Amino acid sequence: MSEKDIIERNINITKAPEGIEGAGFFATSLDQVVGLARKNSIWPLPFATSCCGIEFMATMASHYDLARFGSERLSFSPRQADLLMVMGTISKKLAPVVKQVYLQMAEPRWVLAMGACASSGGIFDTYSVLQGIDRIIPVDVYVPGCPPRPEQVIDGILRVQELVGKESLRRRNSPEYTELLASYGIE
Amino acid sequence: MNATEIEKNRSELEAKGYTILNLGPTHPATHGIFQNILTMDGDIIIDAVPTVGYIHRAFEKLAERRAFYQITTITDRMNYCSSPINNFGWHMTMEKLLGIEVPKRAQYLRVILMELARIADHLICNSVIGVDTGALSGFLYVFQEREKIYEIYEEICGARLTTNIGRIGGLERDFSPKAWEKIHTFVDTVPRALDEFATLLSRNRIFMDRTVGAGPISAERALNYGFTGPNLRATGVDYDVRVASPYSSYEDFEFDIPIGENGDTYDRFMVRQEEMYQSLSIIKQAIAKLPSGPIHADVPEIYLPPKEDVYNNMEALIYQFKIVMGESNVPVGEVYHSVEGGNGELGFYLISDGGRTPFRLSLRRPCFIYYQAYTEMIKGAMLSDAILTLSSMNVIAGELDA
Amino acid sequence: MENVTKDIGNALLSKFTDALIQQELILDFPTFTVKKESILAVLAFLYDFELYQFKFMTSLCGVHYPDNPIEKEFCVVYQLHDMVKNQRIRLKVFTSEKHIEVPSVTSLFSTANWLERETYDFFGIKFTGHPNLTKILNMEDQPYFPLRKQYQLEDETREDKDDSKFGR
Repeated sequence: MSEKDIIERNINITKAPEGIEGAGFFATSLDQVVGLARKNSIWPLPFATSCCGIEFMATMASHYDLARFGSERLSFSPRQADLLMVMGTISKKLAPVVKQVYLQMAEPRWVLAMGACASSGGIFDTYSVLQGIDRIIPVDVYVPGCPPRPEQVIDGILRVQELVGKESLRRRNSPEYTELLASYGIE
Repeated sequence: MNATEIEKNRSELEAKGYTILNLGPTHPATHGIFQNILTMDGDIIIDAVPTVGYIHRAFEKLAERRAFYQITTITDRMNYCSSPINNFGWHMTMEKLLGIEVPKRAQYLRVILMELARIADHLICNSVIGVDTGALSGFLYVFQEREKIYEIYEEICGARLTTNIGRIGGLERDFSPKAWEKIHTFVDTVPRALDEFATLLSRNRIFMDRTVGAGPISAERALNYGFTGPNLRATGVDYDVRVASPYSSYEDFEFDIPIGENGDTYDRFMVRQEEMYQSLSIIKQAIAKLPSGPIHADVPEIYLPPKEDVYNNMEALIYQFKIVMGESNVPVGEVYHSVEGGNGELGFYLISDGGRTPFRLSLRRPCFIYYQAYTEMIKGAMLSDAILTLSSMNVIAGELDA
Repeated sequence: MENVTKDIGNALLSKFTDALIQQELILDFPTFTVKKESILAVLAFLYDFELYQFKFMTSLCGVHYPDNPIEKEFCVVYQLHDMVKNQRIRLKVFTSEKHIEVPSVTSLFSTANWLERETYDFFGIKFTGHPNLTKILNMEDQPYFPLRKQYQLEDETREDKDDSKFGR
């Protein structure tokens, strides 16, 4: 087997965006390049509260390995994270903390609600549980399950990657986005 | 002192040179959501004010709304690292109330599942102690073994983590040949993995320097605080519910109870390490001595009949309807039953008034009871020792707040 | 088990003139109902009793019986364990809503600290002599005591779930 065969068989390289190619140059639009770079290096902030946190630990471990999709470095500091993954039940006592962590994140930021409890309150329709984190912060991807299998979590991350790759560079300054945040009470 | 008092005396405390540090609800090192407001003199902790209740999901109120067989799903979510133990604890409480005698084969199979759950729980706790000292490799090695345990659960009940395994009166199905194959592979390959993990940390100079003497507690204080489980056994008291009040045929098995001396972090780590080997020995004994027989008691009012009977037999159809609607007849009475969970004595105190749901279900959660002692254990320690003490106590947030 | 109940019951009757109200055996578990004013003395007596030393408190919880007569509406249940002789007993204390104070046993068992706070949080039973009786699991500004039977499980103010579709 020649070296070329080995390289062609064993390495998966992400597809380049559409553009005009020539000798020594490649021209494409800026947001596609920026999207490509961003989507393959999302740094998540694991906000793990309960059972879904243990399934997330299993997803990060060697069998399912989330790091191969670019999420190698888990950031516990909101300033350095891109994706807020809320995993587990959020009670009303914890809701201000979630909102504060979301506000501390720098743009562009995305939110993934993992599990039934974060999406809608789950089986806990009680006086002390917040019925879904989308009562307080805007959510991009919901991963249902109680707890979701690691494969489902990886699917959720891939959907987030799709959203990140296709996002326009002007979205965060647009009036629709400001209106969306205002509907949650965020300036 | 509580949080409001600290706010009031803040300027006074800061004038003395103390810092107030909020080891906040979301913190990478606190595995779970609990907050501690620490008053520190440099790096030494003077006082700590814990706040819990950030995942209070009102299990005790929720149980008053659900039929008896529906409560198993909420017991899963208490100590979610070892759900089968919680599930079977609840089933045994109901069996005590109803006076059901579970056949031997079902009891032995329950023992196998509970010991697998105990191994899973201790694997998480020990590897996370390693992560907090900076040793990440042990965590990655060990989670591979946990995947094997998840696969065994999946073969038997269909779910990985929140298992809802078993039924009141026995198990829902016998183990399939594939499940037995996986259990035998697990029992054969895991001792080598545990030995590998032990070589990384047990006699490691850096690990021992960090953990010996960190967060000690004496046996008298531990008993007064209501400690049970590995945290109590690390102080030298050999109390284990499986030996003191045996349930589900534990008296048929021979196993040792490892105990420590000083009640510090290193002793808690080593007690859990050794308990995993004891659990493996129990599983091997159970497999060797497994009797044949039915896997559930003959109680048609509580245990769902097989589907062929439901479609062909009128009586079975009526039983199926009554059980699923939660209209089983339950006597009036009170019962307390406890099992040895991953963290200690997990107790269920059930008051029934003959209705379709419990009148009061009080859960004796070991994490809630021994987390009270955390303030006392870290007074005078450095911040890094406090973090290690917290992870070695294995506080699971779901069980803490319930 | 009847001997255990009789022995402890007789000892309590002889030591305390009127503390013991009732003794019974519920599913093989000796249960004693005592007067709330004497609970701390009874627990201290049982701590160093000659036949059994109940030095371990397993659990403490509250119960609300709305159908009971008014002076027995709330109950606090203590479960004790003698680890050496492996004997467990249960003590119950009844109180009314108007005089809902019960003496705290934190001075004897440190484990009762948070257990009493939890009982206060859920039922509103005030424990006199407790070092820090505040809400522990619910939010500080929760206006009612949720585990009392008159209150609903669900939060009344939620607007996203339609109760009629949930069969409630």
